[in-house]
Amino acid sequence: MASSSIPAGDHGDPTRRDFLMVATGAMGAVGAIAVAWPFINNLNPAADTLALSTTEIDVKSIAVGQAVTVKWRGKPVFIRHRTKEEIKEAEDVKLSELPDPETDNARVTDLAKKVRPEWLIVIGVCTHLGCVPLGNKPGDPRGEYGGWFCPCHGSQYDTSGRIRKGPAPKNLAVPGYLFTTDTLVRIG
Amino acid sequence: MASSHGAPPVFNNKVIAWIDHRLPIFSYIEKEYHTFPTPRNFNYFWNFGAIATVMLVLMIATGVVLATNYQPNAELAFNSVERIMRDVPSGWLIRYLHMNGASFFFIAVYIHIFRGLYYGSYKAPRELLWILGVVILLLMMATAFMGYVLPWGQMSFWGATVITNLFSAIPVVGDSIVTWLWGGFAVDNPTLNRFFALHYLLPFIIVAVVALHVVALHVHGSNNPLGIDPKGPQDTVPFHPYYTMKDGFGVVCFLIVYALFVFFMPNTLGDVANYIPANPLVTPNEIVPEWYFLPFYAILRAIPDKLGGVICMFGAIAVLFALPWLDTSRVRSCTFRPIYKWFVLLLVADVILLGICGAHPPEGWYVPASRLATVYYFFHFLILLPVLGKIERPLPLPSSIAEAVLKKKAG
Repeated sequence: MASSSIPAGDHGDPTRRDFLMVATGAMGAVGAIAVAWPFINNLNPAADTLALSTTEIDVKSIAVGQAVTVKWRGKPVFIRHRTKEEIKEAEDVKLSELPDPETDNARVTDLAKKVRPEWLIVIGVCTHLGCVPLGNKPGDPRGEYGGWFCPCHGSQYDTSGRIRKGPAPKNLAVPGYLFTTDTLVRIG
Repeated sequence: MASSHGAPPVFNNKVIAWIDHRLPIFSYIEKEYHTFPTPRNFNYFWNFGAIATVMLVLMIATGVVLATNYQPNAELAFNSVERIMRDVPSGWLIRYLHMNGASFFFIAVYIHIFRGLYYGSYKAPRELLWILGVVILLLMMATAFMGYVLPWGQMSFWGATVITNLFSAIPVVGDSIVTWLWGGFAVDNPTLNRFFALHYLLPFIIVAVVALHVVALHVHGSNNPLGIDPKGPQDTVPFHPYYTMKDGFGVVCFLIVYALFVFFMPNTLGDVANYIPANPLVTPNEIVPEWYFLPFYAILRAIPDKLGGVICMFGAIAVLFALPWLDTSRVRSCTFRPIYKWFVLLLVADVILLGICGAHPPEGWYVPASRLATVYYFFHFLILLPVLGKIERPLPLPSSIAEAVLKKKAG
């Protein structure tokens, strides 16, 4: 560190000047990081964006076998009123067959820990690269497992929204939701 | 004004002489763009650096004008672009110039890169020159991607969604990074705002890196089709008028083709789905990036694992940084590399095949084809280049550029 004009310590030991140089440099680096943080943090979601984080839906009009898409945090959320067969199909799958093992029961439990197997609520965003899978509208392809089919890269989800085939690594995410009455659900 | 080699120029104009004494810009231009000794044997592949520069200037000029009418707001963006097309005087022309200009900028740069590959322009002492070029390519890709999001059509929105979601493949912090990139929980207004700001900023950073690229180029001068260094004045000509004229001619030819697209088929290179306003609840049947990203998109999809696909896609560019050290051959130009010459052309065919695979849904033969082409791409750079350089026997190099040129002329 020390140049020739500065007396070095014995046997090249660090001098006081070396110590000051390192200490000043370290403080400068800490300062630079402290200044950089607000610039980085500035790009995080703003308070008003965060405030849009709940939405309430009346599910009374959704018939058995039907599904609807609602918008929550700018993303589609699928609410599916599952038939008995679909529920059975979802419950009967062995966990060992699943790429992302999760029981059907765990995916239809609301924030109050109440299980409602007839209602499946998942975020309609493919866990591969974010496309919206098909299968909510009548006539849409639902894939080999009767759930959803992502047209972008061919991921297939079952009647519990779990990934079964294709490049997606995870199941369709279940948002936090709460049935405030038997027909009114709050997402978020 | 000005003498030839060596001596500093003398300016007869007093104003120029006064300025140059204080800020030597005229001496600089004189030295670097007039008397600059340049190999006498360039072919037309050496036009594409100048052509790319012209396209960069054109993109900035049209972009600044477009920005005066564009609204970077998710509610207004799509209609503001339509307004530019229908109501703003000459707006349609400026937008078509900008839109097709992106494609033609990439055409110029891809040919420029091919030139570098074929004639070994990346080899010592031009490694940093090459690396700066790869940096420019990356900046161009980021700029083009963000620019494509701005019209806020269906392809804009879903392209942005797919590409930003690539970062969710990063273990542990991936999802937080994606939320940070979006400024929300999905691609939305905050995303559009920041993409506009960055799309305006990055071209000027590209200009700065291009300046470094040119400075690095002028240290050792240009490579040439023979890949041997000029040994004296008999091997070179002054840059002006010889190559200003040749570049000018090349630029005009290139601009004619560009104008054909701008005026007669302005939407051929684009995707019709981008004339549908963005809808976050409906994914288009097929998400296809712009043509210049297709080979990389094919590599992404060829790998059946999300993180692996992302790593290979970025790796396809990253491997170019290491190219000067992966190629072990001491001969620059493929003119004298009888085996490697064919493999470079095979690489071009491979990249085109990847592009074709990237343009189609991943079904049928496109799946094995894209996997095979991906394997070959990395095989070429990581195995073939280092090994072939050791075992290939190059043809004898001419003793000088002048000798080779005059022999060719004699017949």
